[in-house]
Amino acid sequence: MELLRSIGISEPVLQFMLINAILGLSIYLTLFTGMFSLANAGFMAIGTYTGVILTQQFGLPLWGGLIGGMLLAGLIALPIGLPVLRLRDIYLAIATIGFGEIVRILILNFDPLVSSIVGQPIKMTYGALGISGIPQLTQTWHLVVFLIIISYCIARLHRSRFGRAMAAIRQDEQAAANMGINVVYVKNMVFILSAVLAAAAGVLKAHFARTIDPGDYGFSQAVDILAFAVLGGTTTFVGPIVGGFVLTAMPEILRDFKQYRGIINGVILLLVIVYLPGGLVNPAGWARLWQRLRGKSSFKPVEAETG
Amino acid sequence: MLELRQVSRLFGGLQALSQVDMTVPANKIVGLIGPNGAGKTTLINNISGLDHPTSGTIHMNGQPIQRAAPHQITRLGIARTYQNIRLFSEMTVLENLLISQHSQGKASALESLIFSGRYRREEQTLRENAAVLLKRFNLEHLAHLRAGTLPYGDQRRLEMARALAINPRLMLLDEPTAGMNPVETHELGTQILRLRDEGMTILVIEHDMSLIHQVCDEVYVLSFGQIIAHGTPEQIKNDTTVIEAYLGREDE
Ligand SMILES: Nc1ncnc2c1ncn2[C@@H]1O[C@H](COP(=O)(O)OP(=O)(O)OP(=O)(O)O)[C@@H](O)[C@H]1O
Ligand SMILES: [Mg+2]
Repeated sequence: MELLRSIGISEPVLQFMLINAILGLSIYLTLFTGMFSLANAGFMAIGTYTGVILTQQFGLPLWGGLIGGMLLAGLIALPIGLPVLRLRDIYLAIATIGFGEIVRILILNFDPLVSSIVGQPIKMTYGALGISGIPQLTQTWHLVVFLIIISYCIARLHRSRFGRAMAAIRQDEQAAANMGINVVYVKNMVFILSAVLAAAAGVLKAHFARTIDPGDYGFSQAVDILAFAVLGGTTTFVGPIVGGFVLTAMPEILRDFKQYRGIINGVILLLVIVYLPGGLVNPAGWARLWQRLRGKSSFKPVEAETG
Repeated sequence: MLELRQVSRLFGGLQALSQVDMTVPANKIVGLIGPNGAGKTTLINNISGLDHPTSGTIHMNGQPIQRAAPHQITRLGIARTYQNIRLFSEMTVLENLLISQHSQGKASALESLIFSGRYRREEQTLRENAAVLLKRFNLEHLAHLRAGTLPYGDQRRLEMARALAINPRLMLLDEPTAGMNPVETHELGTQILRLRDEGMTILVIEHDMSLIHQVCDEVYVLSFGQIIAHGTPEQIKNDTTVIEAYLGREDE
């Protein structure tokens, strides 16, 4: 911790790093199965509001809110996934962005909507103001333990029938189906798992950040989650963890550069995407970059070609 | 074993298959030949569930499959290869063979978390099966290479091995010797005959007439989506309609 603090990473920053690593893993699951879904911010919102309402308004402990939030996100993911996962690529991305917006607007208007249905004033999501004064229940060690458990599960998943089916679907969906894989089932299961994980991250985050509002879960949050996975790389599950850590810590480490830090942050992101297309955690990408740099510095084009 | 009745497939205005009747008897090798664009691949796509007929029925051992999903058809014991190789090229040769045994496994992802007995036994069995196939198709030394990096002929044989790992009763082979030299082609013919001797039923699309003569018990000829002839390889060779259908093509 002392070491971390010396480079500008305080305990709250560390907590955000851990949360963002979990969020990166949630989108990693869908990306690894070849699904370009941006629904995670929406599921995060559903999970967070459910969890917070359970702990703050019903007095449940953290794990109660966590399970409640994960459960509702998973239950909603099923009917969303069935129709939406027929779409592919950019069409899936657009449809899931639409889902996220619907969630955000529903939460924004939840109180008047429910009040008019039940016939008496109800205050649950507090509209655009959001909820504040959320009990401080999440400890850093909770996040560390959670991240370790999730990492273990995903590592094991990759060595199972189900995990191999995920990889096969990403590479060739039709061939995977011809190998006996129920593509619709696998895709929907992964979509649900991803939603549940995003929900868990949201609940845990709300219980140390202490305030939430619908604006936290819009398009920009969806893109941030994608950035964690893309920057870190999706060839292994370590990628999104590193991506979440780096993208969260970088602005803090660069704090001494004051007004320039946003620019430096952006430039580093750009450099990685241009020169390391497979992300930070991708040995083949680093090897290629190394070859390129060597090829350029030695003034022998012949050698560069054979290398 | 496999019965097609009046199978038609329309792509917009194009009649890719037109009232095709075909029977593939158990434990026989049936050839399917025809000029380019005749509809041969379309026929295999329709049997394997990647595509569905506009009309007509397909039965596998009495079960209708013309509306079934690909994985259901696979579970009935039908495996296929592709005209354009479609291996999981980012994965290793071994992983390709593990994936195609998917429906033989039962262990859930949860069981893999706790290393349950069933999970470990199953993984063991999958690997043993894969090892047998690697040996059979001379791919042992390549097991841990990425499938996409293999030479062409090895990729073709891996496709055969992968289809066989499904443990099928019927194999659909779409031009398995495309791009192979005559020696490799003959070797593959020997493999196909060996499969038949072990009890497999095979429907094979082929342009190479020598292979057709080497392995096929009977042959169907498809032209513009219609079956124009059916008989033994000898009968087909001398059939005038077949010769006409191929007229103007000088590669046989
Ligand atoms: N998905 C599709 N949409 C529209 N037309 C298609 C489709 N698939 C195939 N066709 C058309 O159907 C016809 C039959 O194609 P098919 O690939 O089955 O021929 P083939 O007999 O396998 O030919 P080849 O010997 O070249 O492999 C062709 O005219 C092709 O253009
Ligand atoms: Mg074809």
